[in-house]
Amino acid sequence: MDESANKGNPVIATTARIVRPAGSGYGRRYRYLPFIAPSLLVIVAVVAFPWAFTIYMSMHEWQIAAAPKYIGLAGYAGLFQSERFVGAIGRTFYFTALAVVLPLIFGTFAAVIFHNEFRYRSFLRGIFIMPMMATPVAVALVWTMMFHPQMGVLNYLLSLVGIPPQLWVYEQSTVIPSLILVEVWQWTPLVMLIVIGGLAAMPTEPFESARIDGANNWQMFRYITFPLVLPFIMVAAVIRTIDGLKTFDSIFVITGGGPGVASETINIYLYLQAFAFNNLGHASVVVVFFFVLIVLFCLLLLYLRQKMLWA
Amino acid sequence: MGLSASGLSLQRTSDYSRRLRHLPGRLAFWFTILIIVSPAALFFIWMISLSIKPDVDNIAYPPILIPSQPTLDNFAKVFEASPFDLYTINSVIVSGSSTLIALLVGVPAAYGIAKAKAHFLAVFVLISRITPGLSYLIPLYILFRFLSLTNTLWALIITHLVITLPLVIWVMIGFYEELHPELEEAALTDGCNLWQAFLYVSLPLSRPGVVVGAILAFIFSWNNFLFGAVLAGRETRTLPVAIFNVLTFEQVVWGALAAAALLVTLPVLILTVFVQRHIVAGLTAGGVRG
Repeated sequence: MDESANKGNPVIATTARIVRPAGSGYGRRYRYLPFIAPSLLVIVAVVAFPWAFTIYMSMHEWQIAAAPKYIGLAGYAGLFQSERFVGAIGRTFYFTALAVVLPLIFGTFAAVIFHNEFRYRSFLRGIFIMPMMATPVAVALVWTMMFHPQMGVLNYLLSLVGIPPQLWVYEQSTVIPSLILVEVWQWTPLVMLIVIGGLAAMPTEPFESARIDGANNWQMFRYITFPLVLPFIMVAAVIRTIDGLKTFDSIFVITGGGPGVASETINIYLYLQAFAFNNLGHASVVVVFFFVLIVLFCLLLLYLRQKMLWA
Repeated sequence: MGLSASGLSLQRTSDYSRRLRHLPGRLAFWFTILIIVSPAALFFIWMISLSIKPDVDNIAYPPILIPSQPTLDNFAKVFEASPFDLYTINSVIVSGSSTLIALLVGVPAAYGIAKAKAHFLAVFVLISRITPGLSYLIPLYILFRFLSLTNTLWALIITHLVITLPLVIWVMIGFYEELHPELEEAALTDGCNLWQAFLYVSLPLSRPGVVVGAILAFIFSWNNFLFGAVLAGRETRTLPVAIFNVLTFEQVVWGALAAAALLVTLPVLILTVFVQRHIVAGLTAGGVRG
């Protein structure tokens, strides 16, 4: 029995117990702080600070070259009175719904195909994922040329199969479907990559026994493959939803929100308010709203995913 | 010997007949592949075609795919009409520096987060992926104006950290969580401190991850348009901003425009095809996009 001096003092004894085993508990975790600190500093500077400042700005009437005026929560209260903004919300939902569902369907299909072993698979997959890696602005410029009603190659392709020429992005009713075409072309590969990751992780036993039991290809997909990759499809759905809501480059370059405001989504509206109309305060309100919207959608999809897993 | 050879040839014939029997299925399969790959392939072929045709051919109807006289004039025009070399240097500096800083700061951070199991920090990183780029941009725009940093490459390098740093951290956390701790623990027992264990043991082991993180960070930074569109001045434009301005402020010349677009995205496309395997691994690890 070692009669140490601090044995009678519970505080020191407890502290000693925490500090002493250098391999576990708090001590072990906090010694990694120096590794994390520089990144934390950068993230606070370029992510957390902008956030705090945005909330501060959202309570002001804020314009460049004018003194900010405090207006409290009035900016939030008046948010939905702007018809243009409400319209932008509607268009964003319309755009996002298609920008999520179509790539999910095509991407899953492509993943099932690319999951097979075949010659030149790696090379062909490389070609297939090029749209998502290519510089969005560069790609959007070429799409703009292809959409041209007179000289664009798309109308020529349509004429080959007997479809009359379209106005594509120059017509209010077809502008969003045309932009969806670009979006699907660009982001189906991402869904494919995520789903193919799920396919690669699948066990082979259920397929063998189903094959023995005489299941055909469609039945195997419907009752084995699909349920097993569903979690991965849901992950892809979450990512597509976030990216669909945020889509900026292609819309901005191809239409700039036009014709009129026919393709003005929240993100385009936000850009114009902030940097074309100099309404920084209002734009900050929209940013806060937009962020909450994105987080809500993520949570909803993750909730649905949980439900499906337990159903 | 002869027996096994004949057995082999027998197997080959049956292989052949089986292949023949499956011919319709195989044709259907390759047709499907064709359908899946052609939108991407045709698009880039058309892009190349536009860039090597004289403008007379570019506005011809019906469109001409393969020009009778391919020309490199469009590429020459790109460099004559704008300081394209300056913009290229800008892009290299911005993407290179922001990737380098992200690696320098982010790789140790990912290591620390993985070792200390600091999951809340990982979530923090994820949130910065979810946030729309414009929400950083408005406050940073005001801040840079206040600091007189607009029209400098520094403003762009700093904002591009918003893209590169979370990406590097996110990719690397995955790598360090899967790394076996034995070697590192051995190093610690032998008297290394934490930094030495990281630098001499874990870091070399995670080199493939660092390569993936660096490539992805560079590509997403290179591709970024929004930050440059707001923060760059005439002299500090990055390539995506430069080609967008060619479209809006100068007469629309399809050939030159397609040539410029091709030059901007070509490095990325080459990287994609050559290091595809690594990119795929990195992308699926976190499903990341700038």
